[in-house]
Amino acid sequence: MKHTVRLHEIANARSGDKGDRLNIALICRDPAHYAAVATQVTAERVAAAFAARKPTRVVRFDLPKLAAFNFVLDDVLEGGVNASLGLDGHGKSLSFLLLDLAIDIAPGEPQSARAGQKQSV
Amino acid sequence: MRDLRADGLMKAKVFIGSAAGFAGDRSDAGVPVVEALAAHSGPRFLMYETLAERTLALCQLERRKDPARGYSPALDRLLTPVLKQCLAAGIRIVGNFGAANPPMAARRIAEIARSLGLPAPRIAIVEGDDLSGRLSASELARRETGGKILAQVHDIISANLYLGAQPIAHALDQDADIVVTGRVADSALALGPLLHAFHWRADDWDRLAAGTLAGHLLECGAQVTGGYFADPGYKDVPGLAEVGYPIAEIASDGDIVITKPSGSGGVIDRLTVIEQLLYEIHDPAAYLAPDVVLDLTDVEVSEIGKDRVRVTGACGKPAPEMLKATVCVEGGLLGEAEISYAGINAAARAALAAEVIRERMRRRAPGLLIRVDAIGAVSVLGNSSVAPDLRASESEDIRLRFSAQSADVAQIEMLLDEVEALYCAGPAGGAGVRRRATPRLASAACLVERRYAEPRVTLFGASG
Repeated sequence: MKHTVRLHEIANARSGDKGDRLNIALICRDPAHYAAVATQVTAERVAAAFAARKPTRVVRFDLPKLAAFNFVLDDVLEGGVNASLGLDGHGKSLSFLLLDLAIDIAPGEPQSARAGQKQSV
Repeated sequence: MRDLRADGLMKAKVFIGSAAGFAGDRSDAGVPVVEALAAHSGPRFLMYETLAERTLALCQLERRKDPARGYSPALDRLLTPVLKQCLAAGIRIVGNFGAANPPMAARRIAEIARSLGLPAPRIAIVEGDDLSGRLSASELARRETGGKILAQVHDIISANLYLGAQPIAHALDQDADIVVTGRVADSALALGPLLHAFHWRADDWDRLAAGTLAGHLLECGAQVTGGYFADPGYKDVPGLAEVGYPIAEIASDGDIVITKPSGSGGVIDRLTVIEQLLYEIHDPAAYLAPDVVLDLTDVEVSEIGKDRVRVTGACGKPAPEMLKATVCVEGGLLGEAEISYAGINAAARAALAAEVIRERMRRRAPGLLIRVDAIGAVSVLGNSSVAPDLRASESEDIRLRFSAQSADVAQIEMLLDEVEALYCAGPAGGAGVRRRATPRLASAACLVERRYAEPRVTLFGASG
């Protein structure tokens, strides 16, 4: 029986910007979730989640040794911090938009991974 | 000149602390770092990263007004609390607070030392990043990547390429206590001291990559030690108010351990380190620095003790042929005005206010793009430059924010005046108008041939 949680339950994320390009690092708190995230949190799905910002390109880089992924989204920052009219021209808050995505966790996989529960590596 | 090779201490470690990750960082952050460094022996350095993309342009504008200024306005605030102990303990300082005027930053540091009653420090100045007067606006426009900002402009405010670590190493080779740079790659602030201490060859790509990685982990200060990390209940960070800034212990083979002052707040574990490791990274196999291309693909991160994380596996590829430069130009005025609507039916009143502004501005400043945010209902995660849809909002505490950008001051003032006029002529209960117009800078990235980098190192006071 699969269990659906938000990514926020099992993963950390941090945004970074360069001009009009945003990167969001997504890191599994428990490396046991790496495969589930790899299968389900695809570049296509992330592009759809950010569709309102009209990304021209979304690439996912996989870092299995870190149980992490790096998403790079082009042209989503309204021109970047020096051009955007918005309050968050850096896109710093957008990591939490990614963490809002739902993910299915299979039996045997931990259903959440808070800081106190993470495996030591 | 002392160096590790001469001392036969090849296995000794170099300690590099970070005291600032940006110009607005805490001025007391460096104090515990310096205390921790003072307790160690061997080569120890304190680095300051204070130059965001637009900071340098603002400093260039300052310099035009006053040739004695144009260095980082944070210099006094950041250096004063630690200068005495650094000089006393032999902790050498490397910072890019020279900004648009490294020689004047050096002079200011000498003044600070004198005012603190300290012996005159040996200050080295690294210059050669400034491209102004060497490449014209159109020559820079031809080298712009990923944008067309420079195509329409004639006047450049600032154009600086990113120097690498070699000039910093050369400055330290000349026994500088303090090295002041303008624009250098942030990571070079750590790689420079490592090149100096370990005499790594300029084509020892894996070690240059490790030094670049160490710099990347340090360059944002507390972002690797639990700063910018906490998410209560999920990612708890003890003692965030007194978060400790990082210290990297680096061995001559490129082995890195990230630590922080004992007793300080924050946390260093696998997760805090990985978040910073991937911060502002695009292709993890090709992080471009002036001295090396860093490949993070095989990096491993392991917790080896409380608040001690080991980072290994950085691989290097030959340095890129072209150097990155940041070019800043005038960006017009950013106008922002806010007004609050709160209590019963607030969302409907806020929506009406937005409609009123749009209708009036459509007639009076046709073509001006106006963004409306409804802070408290939909703002930072809202769609760009589209009025927020408040029909379904149940928020009873909304702050409307109107913003626009233009080179035409009158248009911006008109928008701000219209928002203020909502006080008497808008929907009921509009409150707390705040307005401001801020000059803006636009920035562009260029790729520039290496021959335009002319790094030079001078000692303050030596050339007269």
